[in-house]
Amino acid sequence: MSVARLDARFALCRAEDRAAFVAYLMAGDPDAGRSLALLRGLSAAGADVIELGFPFSDPMAEGPPIQRASLRALEAGTTLASTLELVRRFRAGERDTPLILMGYLNPVLSYGYDRFSSDAAEAGVDGLLVVDCPPEEADDLADALDPHGLALVRLAAPTTDAARLPAVVRRASGFVYYVSVAGVTGVKSAAAETVAPAVERIRAAAGGLPVAVGFGIRTPEQAAAVAQAADAVVVGSALVDTLAKHGVEAALGQASALAQAVRNARR
Amino acid sequence: MNAPAANTWSAYPDARGRFGDYGGRYVAETLMPLVLELDGAYRAAKGDPAFQAELDDFLTHYVGRPSPLYFAERLTAHHAGNGAKGGGCARIWFKRDELNHTGAHKINNCMGQILLARRMGRTRIIAETGAGQHGVATATVCARFGLPCVIYMGATDVERQKPNVFRMRLLGAEIVPVTSGRGTLKDAMNEAMRDWVTNVEDTYYLIGTAAGPHPYPAMVRDFQAVIGREARAQMLERAGKLPDACVASIGGGSNAIGLFHPFLEDDVRLIGIEAAGHGLTSGQHAASMTGGRPGVLHGNKTYLLQDDDGQILDAHSISAGLDYPGIGPEHAWLKDSGRAEYRTATDMEALAAFQECARLEGIIPALEPAHALARVGEIAREVGRGGDVVLNMCGRGDKDIYTVADALAGHADHPAETKL
Repeated sequence: MSVARLDARFALCRAEDRAAFVAYLMAGDPDAGRSLALLRGLSAAGADVIELGFPFSDPMAEGPPIQRASLRALEAGTTLASTLELVRRFRAGERDTPLILMGYLNPVLSYGYDRFSSDAAEAGVDGLLVVDCPPEEADDLADALDPHGLALVRLAAPTTDAARLPAVVRRASGFVYYVSVAGVTGVKSAAAETVAPAVERIRAAAGGLPVAVGFGIRTPEQAAAVAQAADAVVVGSALVDTLAKHGVEAALGQASALAQAVRNARR
Repeated sequence: MNAPAANTWSAYPDARGRFGDYGGRYVAETLMPLVLELDGAYRAAKGDPAFQAELDDFLTHYVGRPSPLYFAERLTAHHAGNGAKGGGCARIWFKRDELNHTGAHKINNCMGQILLARRMGRTRIIAETGAGQHGVATATVCARFGLPCVIYMGATDVERQKPNVFRMRLLGAEIVPVTSGRGTLKDAMNEAMRDWVTNVEDTYYLIGTAAGPHPYPAMVRDFQAVIGREARAQMLERAGKLPDACVASIGGGSNAIGLFHPFLEDDVRLIGIEAAGHGLTSGQHAASMTGGRPGVLHGNKTYLLQDDDGQILDAHSISAGLDYPGIGPEHAWLKDSGRAEYRTATDMEALAAFQECARLEGIIPALEPAHALARVGEIAREVGRGGDVVLNMCGRGDKDIYTVADALAGHADHPAETKL
């Protein structure tokens, strides 16, 4: 399946003239059991794409909510290998919802690019997003992922200018993730009016690939505003916070409200 | 070691910021354009005689360079006495970078980078610090040029380096204690990177060691290479020959690469000393090359202390300045290629050498160069009589006196205690 599963889901959303809702959670937060329950509930709650974080000891681009989630996951013994096992168990009952892994390079490097690509594809992962691997350093990883049909999702930022953008989206597949504000996750959010022109610019440079927008989107209202222009809306820190404070059911309830807001945004 | 004729050690890194497989630019996309801009700005400054002249002027009249090269006669005699029968001992020289303004080598780099930040029009300076030496040097140059300064410092280090925290505050810096992780240098660096990615418009990140995304490892090395250039000229003048070996302690590796770099093409042994903490088998050390393996952290590929899953491990050293789980990428490359050698010294060995240097030479070293002092005797004996060994005295020990007093009180059975 792999990148084809992402393409199919974005095609479906486009046919329905709506943005996709991307839900982020951290593998193993607060433990493998609850993490699996949340994963299984998310597609029913309306998540179009699942972004599953794998923990890293030094999450340099994360704000406090995902830093804490990373720490909880590590304390629960989560590794990249156990994250793949979580995906395997999720895939046993769910074939349609695309899932990408998101995290930092060193665990993947330590696992080995080739072994990771083969194991991730076998587990049912569809793509990978690596925060600290810019396009200049990404060719080896892309070469390993390609034969397995896994997308290497590229990131564009407000600091990425027109001259640099083509290099950023070269070899992009699945979708492009637009980091809508300069900052760490879960703190500031972008003004909705700045998002639309950025999304158009990136989509054009990436040959029409969908553009997902994330960073700082916490409420259904914010999600609906971004969903006017973006092909996908990513919510992470808000869900992670709810999970930590109120548990799996509350996080699923919040995901459902966000999904509804995204679905109805253009009506 | 005879370097091959076509040797080009000093020509690295390549255009991608690589020293062999090490180095590179592993940062989030938001920072990538900034890192590329910095690279361009640094290359332009490096080639601009006016920039170099301004830097030289401040190094001479503000920092106090050149630093002396001092023959440590009594330490040499002490180690000669400890030598094997019929052996002998090379002369031990100290490159006195502890005499710089602010008491360590750190200011060489800070002066270079603050002039670059001004040239780039940046109006706010951030930095990370471990022992506080880089924080003090950064706060100093920020005060000198009237720029606001935010220093990220692990909460553990804030506690164990109180004199430097006070100095930074006197100089007008804002200190942000970092409680994430174990509250040491790597956590401070994470937090500084989070600040940088949030304040991309006006902020200059003044990294304190020869690590991080390219161009930092090359740029910091270039600013610190004044140490090695002076030492090389001073040895030629004083001894009429190059030294046989250069020795320096290694945390991130900036003082060592600063001493080593001008000797890379010479027939001179280069020996870095990592912090072995409670011992290499204890799991509590900071020897990333001796006890780690290659990985990616803080923008560069290099040797790291990490577990099987690629999670970065906490380093330990009695010296806050060496308490970092990584190492500058040029050292990683020099190690793999065999051009430099790396050894280790434990907390206890550094403590003993700290006291020995104070008593024999009237110089209280920082705990960082105390690690190099702990190995310099054996190196001087390996080199043998008639040879010369240069040790980089990269910092003075005023900041460490409470740490050392605590450590000695807590180890009443330690042999060093009996010397007091």
